[in-house]
Order: sequence, then C-alpha cells, then structure tokens
Amino acid sequence: MSTGHAGVDTRGDSSAGARAYAHQFDSAEHQHGTAQLGMWVFIAQEILFFGGLFLAYTVYRFMYPEAFAQASRHLDIVLGGFNTVVLIGSSLTMAIAVHGAQLGKRWMQVIFLLLTIFLGCVFLGVKAIEYGHKFHEHLVPGPNFRFDGDAGHAQIFFSLYFVMTGLHALHMVIGIAILGVLVWQAARGAYGRAYYSPVELTGLYWHFVDIIWIFLFPLLYLIGRH
Amino acid sequence: MSVEAHSSDHIAPIKLYLAVFAALMALTATTIWVAFIDLGELNALAAVAIAVVKATLVILFFMHVKYSSKLTWLVVASGFLFLTILLALTMADVVSRGWLGTPGG
Repeated sequence: MSTGHAGVDTRGDSSAGARAYAHQFDSAEHQHGTAQLGMWVFIAQEILFFGGLFLAYTVYRFMYPEAFAQASRHLDIVLGGFNTVVLIGSSLTMAIAVHGAQLGKRWMQVIFLLLTIFLGCVFLGVKAIEYGHKFHEHLVPGPNFRFDGDAGHAQIFFSLYFVMTGLHALHMVIGIAILGVLVWQAARGAYGRAYYSPVELTGLYWHFVDIIWIFLFPLLYLIGRH
Repeated sequence: MSVEAHSSDHIAPIKLYLAVFAALMALTATTIWVAFIDLGELNALAAVAIAVVKATLVILFFMHVKYSSKLTWLVVASGFLFLTILLALTMADVVSRGWLGTPGG
C-alpha cells in the first residue's frame, strides 16, 4: 500500500475520469452491490435479533391468551394507529429521498430526508406520550403495577410491550441520527447519480424499522378487541 | 464513471411509491377493522396475514428487492427462513408439552 488510496473518490459526480470506487472493487456497480449486500446481511441479523422478542411474545400469548387480551385493551388504538400512519408515511418520504438521490436532485433529497426526520420525531413524541400514560395508570411492570384482573400475567404483556417498543424506538433514534448526517452531506452535494449508497442503505434500515412496527401494532394493540 | 455508474439500479417512479403507500394505508385500516370482528381463533391469523402482506409490499417496492440480484433475494429469504425455524421449533415444543401428561402422575 503506497500513498493512500490513489484515485479513490467516493464523491462520484464531480470527478470525471477519476475512479469513483475503492481499489478492491472492479467497478462502481460492484462497490454499490457489495454495500447493498452487506446491509441486507445486517438486516437479516436484525430480523433474528427482534425474532427472539417475537418468539417470547408468541410463547406467552399462547400460554396466557386471556391476560394478554385484557392487557392489550389498555393500549391506545388511536395513538397507535396514528403512529402507524406516521411511520409508513416516513417510509414513503424516505423512498422519495432515495429516488431524489438516484436522479441527482440535491434539494429533493434534503427536503424529503428532513420530512423523514420530522415524521420520525412525531412518532417518538407520540410514543413518549403513550409511555407517560402507562406510568400514570400504573401499568409499568414492577412494585407499583396495578391491574384489575390477572395482574401477574398482564405484567408479562407490559414487559414485552416496553421492551419491544423500546427497542424499536431505540432503532428510530439511531436512524434519525444517521438521517441528520445524511441531510448535512446531501446539502453539501455529496450524493448524486454516481454515488448514493449511504442514502439507499439508510433507506433500507429505515424501512426495516417500519416493518417491525407493522408487526408490533396488530400484535400489541389489536388483540382482544372484539 | 459518471452518470452510467449505477445504470444497473432500477429507478422506480414516484407514482409506484404513492400506490404502495395507499395500499399500506388501506391494509392498516383493514387490520383495525378486522380486529373488532369476532373471528375466534382466526383473529390472530388475520392480523399476522395482513402484516405479512404489508411487510412484503415494503420489502419488494420501498426496499427495491423486486429489482435486486438473486444474491439479495437469498439473504432476505435466509433471514425469514431462520426466523421461521426459531418460531416453529420452539412452538412445537411449547404447544405439545402437555400432551403426554406427567410421567408417574
């Protein structure tokens, strides 16, 4: 290895003639495809990471269906449904931001990345309000837990509720931080038609977090409603 | 290495994204509506089935898997395959545990 990565210019567009990829790749497409594949391997791992919690949920719901149904009725369908719309909306704005990057439209990227961040923050704000309600209603597992019914097993439901939605919210906080960096970079013109891998990969992550919520909403909020 | 660099990537039209979003909204409304109808055991199945359809739409279109390489398909499928193994084998144990009774009891 000599003086750095000669000819490496990950900024793409600006450098006609210069290589727009690192030296271990055959082409820019090769580099982009490798980055995509790496992200998908990470997401496959994330599926199993959340999978353990979905398994715990399935086992306990099978064992205590009545307690789960009673406990689920204490969740707020209006707030949960609103958040579902907000989060799927943020996936739409994210997809459009990636579209903007693919076409090399700088301000389209910036505006839709900012919209995605905004919707992500709305989701987290509503989640914080919901958590607040649960604290006031003594529905947080622990010594102050109060529940009219099968309290012991309802605590299992609420433990799963807080861990699953909490881990999901943590993923969103990380996603919003990454989106913040992307906005900054995109505004500087870092991404264009020749190089937009970071925007696309962040999009994959964001959509994955959306998918987790698509399962969490019916499984946590919508049982025992009829 | 400029404009053509990612010619292999499919660029989906925004109309498609809007159509997928509309479908996801319709399915969200459906899942809430179905939850208030008494289908007995089928309620849980309906909720999961609708969520699977929604997730599939997100994966195919928002995440561009429909236009991705076979290798990407393989990685996505392997993630769900191992999730299925995790759920199916554990539940096979949990569900059948009481079937044979307690030895000596």
